[in-house]
Order: sequence, then C-alpha cells, then structure tokens
Amino acid sequence: MTVRGTVVIDVEACKGCDLCIDACPPRVLEMTVHEVNTKGYRYPRLLAGCTGCQACAQICPDFVFQVYKYDTPLELPTGEAARQ
Amino acid sequence: MSDRALLEGSEAVARAALAAGCRFFAGYPMTPFTELLEHMAALLPEVDGVCMNAESELEAVGMAWGAATTGHLAATGSTGQGLSLMQESLSEITNARLPLVVFNMARGQGDYFQATRGGGHGDYRHIVLAPMDVPEAVELTRLAFELANQWRTPVMVLGDYYLAHTYQAVSAPSISGPAPEVPDWALNGSSGGSGSAKVISPLGSGVEGEEGFDMGAHYAACAAHIQEMSAGVEPLVDIGFCDDADLVVAAYGSVGKFVRYACLRLRDAGHRVGYVRPITLWPFPSEKVQEAVSGSARVAVYEQNMGQMVDDVRLATLGAVPVEFIGGPSWDHSGFGIGPDITVPDISKRILKAMP
Amino acid sequence: MSADQIYISTDKPPAEPAALVDDFAPSLITQANHHLCPGCGEPIAIRAAVEAIEELALADRAIAVFGIGCYTAFAPNLDVEVVQALHGRAPSVATGIKRMLPDGFVMTVQGDGDMVNEGLQEVLHAAARGENITCLLLNNGVFGETGGQMTTTTTLGQRTKTSIEGRDPHQHGHPILLSDLIATLDGAAYVARCAVNNAGNVARTKRYITRAYESQMAGGGFSLVEILTMCPTGWFVDTLEGPDYLQDTLAPVHNIGELKTP
Repeated sequence: MTVRGTVVIDVEACKGCDLCIDACPPRVLEMTVHEVNTKGYRYPRLLAGCTGCQACAQICPDFVFQVYKYDTPLELPTGEAARQ
Repeated sequence: MSDRALLEGSEAVARAALAAGCRFFAGYPMTPFTELLEHMAALLPEVDGVCMNAESELEAVGMAWGAATTGHLAATGSTGQGLSLMQESLSEITNARLPLVVFNMARGQGDYFQATRGGGHGDYRHIVLAPMDVPEAVELTRLAFELANQWRTPVMVLGDYYLAHTYQAVSAPSISGPAPEVPDWALNGSSGGSGSAKVISPLGSGVEGEEGFDMGAHYAACAAHIQEMSAGVEPLVDIGFCDDADLVVAAYGSVGKFVRYACLRLRDAGHRVGYVRPITLWPFPSEKVQEAVSGSARVAVYEQNMGQMVDDVRLATLGAVPVEFIGGPSWDHSGFGIGPDITVPDISKRILKAMP
Repeated sequence: MSADQIYISTDKPPAEPAALVDDFAPSLITQANHHLCPGCGEPIAIRAAVEAIEELALADRAIAVFGIGCYTAFAPNLDVEVVQALHGRAPSVATGIKRMLPDGFVMTVQGDGDMVNEGLQEVLHAAARGENITCLLLNNGVFGETGGQMTTTTTLGQRTKTSIEGRDPHQHGHPILLSDLIATLDGAAYVARCAVNNAGNVARTKRYITRAYESQMAGGGFSLVEILTMCPTGWFVDTLEGPDYLQDTLAPVHNIGELKTP
C-alpha cells in the first residue's frame, strides 16, 4: 500500500470527540475502544494509508495532531508481512 | 498679550483636557454635557486627536475603553442619566487598570452617591474631583488626567449646568503642546508573536502556563490597589473662617461657591460662621473636615439634593459635632439643575436658621 | 475493527525523510490545552483566525478584542495582544483602538450571545460607520458558557434549555441572520458566513477570514466573518453528531457563502 504521510498524536491532549475520524478522507483514523488517556478519554489511532492532507489537524479542537508528508511515498507491505 | 480669555466652562474644560494630553473623546449629546462634546469635536482634530459622536453612551465608553488600551489619554462623559448607562463599563475599566477621565456635567447634585460609591457593580471606587467654577475646573481637569495616568484608573470630574454653561475669564490652557509619552503597558500589537503577548483585561491576564484567567487573584489585587489609592491620593478641600466658627457649613461644586460667598457676607455682618468645601469627593477629606469642625458647635450641610454628602460629613465627624442637612432639591421648570433656591439670600437665611 | 488491523506508531516523528506540514497548535497559540468542551468548534475557528494572522504577517500589529463567552478563557492562550471587553461591547472597544492605531490590525472575537444578543447595536453601528475592523462571530445558536440557552440566532424548532420544545416563533420570535443584516449596510465591505463542521468548511473558513483581513488592511471598511461552530454540550448531542446537527439545524437558516465582497 502506498503511504504518503503520517501523524504524531498527542494522546494526552485528546478529549475523545471523534471529529477527526469522519474528517479523515482516506478514513485511516480509528478511535480506541478500551484504551483511554490519563484524563479518561478514548483517542484516535492511525491505520496505513495516511496522505498527510492535514484534515485531522485542521478540525481537531485540541491540536492533537502533528502531520508529516513523506518526501517520497512509502510502500508498506500489506497483510501478514506487515505485522511489525 | 495675556492668554486670558472669556470662555464657556465646557470649552475651558475641553482645552484643559487637550492641554493635559487628551487625544481621544467619545460622547453622546445630552444637556448640559452636550457643549463639552461639541468643543471636543471642534478642538481635537487640531491636535490630531479623535472625537467620536457615539451612537449611544454604552458605545461611547466602550470606544474610550479601547482608546485607553493604546496608552493615549482618553476621556468620555455625559450627564447623570448617561453615566448610569456607562457604569458597568466604568466598573470593569477600573479592574482593567486603565486611565480614563470621565466628565459628569450633572443636573443638580443628585449624582453624588453614583459618583463616589462606585456606581456600577462590584467593590470599587473612583477618584472624584468637584470644581466650584471654571478656573478651578481647568486646574482639576489637568489634575484628573495626571491622577488617571498615575494610578491607572478612571477619574471623574463632577461638574454641573452652572459650570458647563457659565462664561468666565480664565487663562486659556495652550493645547499645542505634544501629547505625553505612551506608557509601556500600552498595546500596539508589537508584543504579538513574542511568546508573551500582552493582555489588558478586567479578568486579569491569565496565569503563566495555566489555561484561562485567575479572576480571584486579580480581584484581590484590584481591591488592594483601591485601598492604596484611597490612602495615596491627596484629599483636597477648601476651608475658611473655621478657627472661631460656631457653625461650619459644608457644600461642594458650584453650589459650594454660593455657600462660600454667603459665609463671606455673613462674616462681614459679624456672624461666626465658617465653611468647608470638599474638592476631592473621593477620597473624601475626612481628617481635614474633622479638624475644621472640631472647634464649632454645629455643622450644616447644604446640597442641591435630598442629602448625600451629609453622610460623609457625619462619617468624618463621627458624632463629635451635630450635623444638620439644610439643603434640598431645587429645580427650575427645565429640570436641568438650575435651582431657584440657589441664591445667596436664600442660602444665608438657611445658614442663620442653623446657627446655634 | 478486525483483530489484525495494523496500527502505525504515532508517538514520535517518522524516521523516513518527511516535511512537517502541521505542528499541533499554530505558533500564535502558546498554550494548547484549554477548557473548551470535547467537540467544540470554537478552537477550530480561532485556530484558523490566528493562522491567517500569521500568514499575513500581522502578528506584530494585531490586537484582538474578545467578547464574553466560552472563548473568553481561550484569550490568554494566544500570542496576540488581547483586550478583554464587556459582553457585547467589543466592536466599540475595537473602534477606539483602531481610531488611535489606524495602521494596526484590529479584530473582535465574539459569540452569537455576545454580538447578536447583548451587542447588536455595537456591531450594527460599527458596520454602518464602516469602521475598518474585522469582527468574527462564532455562532453556535446557544449560550454555551451558561449551559445551552436560546440566543437570537437559535433556529425555529431548535431545542435549548429555554426553548425546551423547540424555538417557537409566537413565543420566542424569529432568528436574526446577522451576516444578511450587516451585508445591507453600506459601511460593510466584506461579509461572509462559513462553518467548521468538516475539513472542507474549515478550509473555506480560513479563506474567508483571510479575505476579511486583507479587506481591512486595504482600508476597505468593516468586515465580518460569521463562523457556525459546534456546541455538542450546549446542544445536548454526542460530539460525533455535532457536525451533522450544525448542518441540519443552523446551516439551512444561516446560509454559508460570501454575502458581500469589495
């Protein structure tokens, strides 16, 4: 899978509002279900496929995202071989 | 050629304000304050200042608030009713620690409590200066801007219909001097992006590293500042013939000038009467009043209202001397504060009646 | 979420060479954490507002006059000079500042309760005067700070704590469409309405705000940007439903778009 960007997520700053989930065009953000930060809020996790488009950062009310765009897109193996 | 000129009180006050460095004025027309706004509108452009004929008193005091944050000397004003609309802002401007001069060209003397008790919400006071005539108003206007800047607080000049509309010969203050330096607490945008941009707020300025404002700490600091101001501002009072007076008469403002003159004439006629005329109504000159009346048997207070300053005189004497109110509301048909009873003969009659 | 979902590690910058295109909060927000509720639209709007200040290099002559609302507690978080005004009075305070600092950049940040309830005469008169300032209206149709009561922009049928069965025209009157009102005044040079309920609208908000600032700096006269913001707490909806609630409740009445351009 081609991956053109990635994000750093300040998990502790998140208030679990979910806005980034629907805002993400390739839908590669997913809220945790059981894990919560020290304030007790669930937070987003990143799946493969980020394009570095900043939609998440622009809509996040708590400035939780740092967004990066790779100089050259990465090719990530999919399926079993991808398990890190 | 001397700078003596026959000036309407409103014009003299406007010129004094500009001479003191005032460069912004906002007001809404209302008798008897209107002429001060008109003179400001005519004069401020001559010194590259700004005069706003605001669409309401609420907006006038808001505009003056904004101008004050830039460190330029700003003023506003009205008559009592218009000042009622401004009280909320005057209370908050006090907590925002901003210099502002407020002119009340009052109708009668019914605004004493509004002026001296902190007319808006919350626990605050303003410095209040009450001139008796045009020459004194010129001096007290200069002092008002000085105190406002020194203490970073609103200062009121409490005038009335007589002051605003009486023509008197005064040394016309020159308005061509430079405006005073802008203090460094003032805003002009330049601390933006520096990592610690300035905030001017009645809620305080927020706490380093924490979100939001710490209003409790800020209100405590404001209260301390008002205590400091009440002790630090020199109380002004005009006292005469009190050393051997059987009766001392207390009065302030234009009415105070009539009372003073009545006492002069009564003294000429051999009556042992003295007068005390508070000029700073806040901080009230309690010690000096106490001293002035200590030798007398009685104190009479004359005001053109139902008795307001009389309370402060009683507080100052704390029962040491009986204090009697001999004034009263006095209106002509216009209701603009011109009193048919404010004549030397009528006042003298009341004083004599109060003699022990 | 299937068990073998592969999560990318997001706790530190990537090892591979990459450009940093967004760094948490913009530089003019020095204090990122704040009290505003989860899913609140106001920090999104304020972010766009300060980014535009930065991009137009206005930071060192900008003064923002804040009204009273949830956003008030956000003001000290900004690295922009702020004057905190009384509820409703920001446009007058901004007028006094701009008149004394004509080369400065002066804006207000207000909510619908602040601007369209308490301070309607202030903003109308400032616009009619063509005051060369930019007013930002954060419109969520409720008093957020006090827990979700009706304001003048609450739409018909919208339920709030003081219009429990929904705003009823006979009892509660009709909403005021502020941007439409301001656009009729000759002193207004740029008037636009937008929203922050999806990434596209956030980008549009940024564009409109930038144009309003440019209009001010070109001496064009009064500019207003009305930004519809989510208030899940005050609307009593889940944070995830905020964007759709805005789209279905506010946007159909407070129409998005540029109403007046120089």
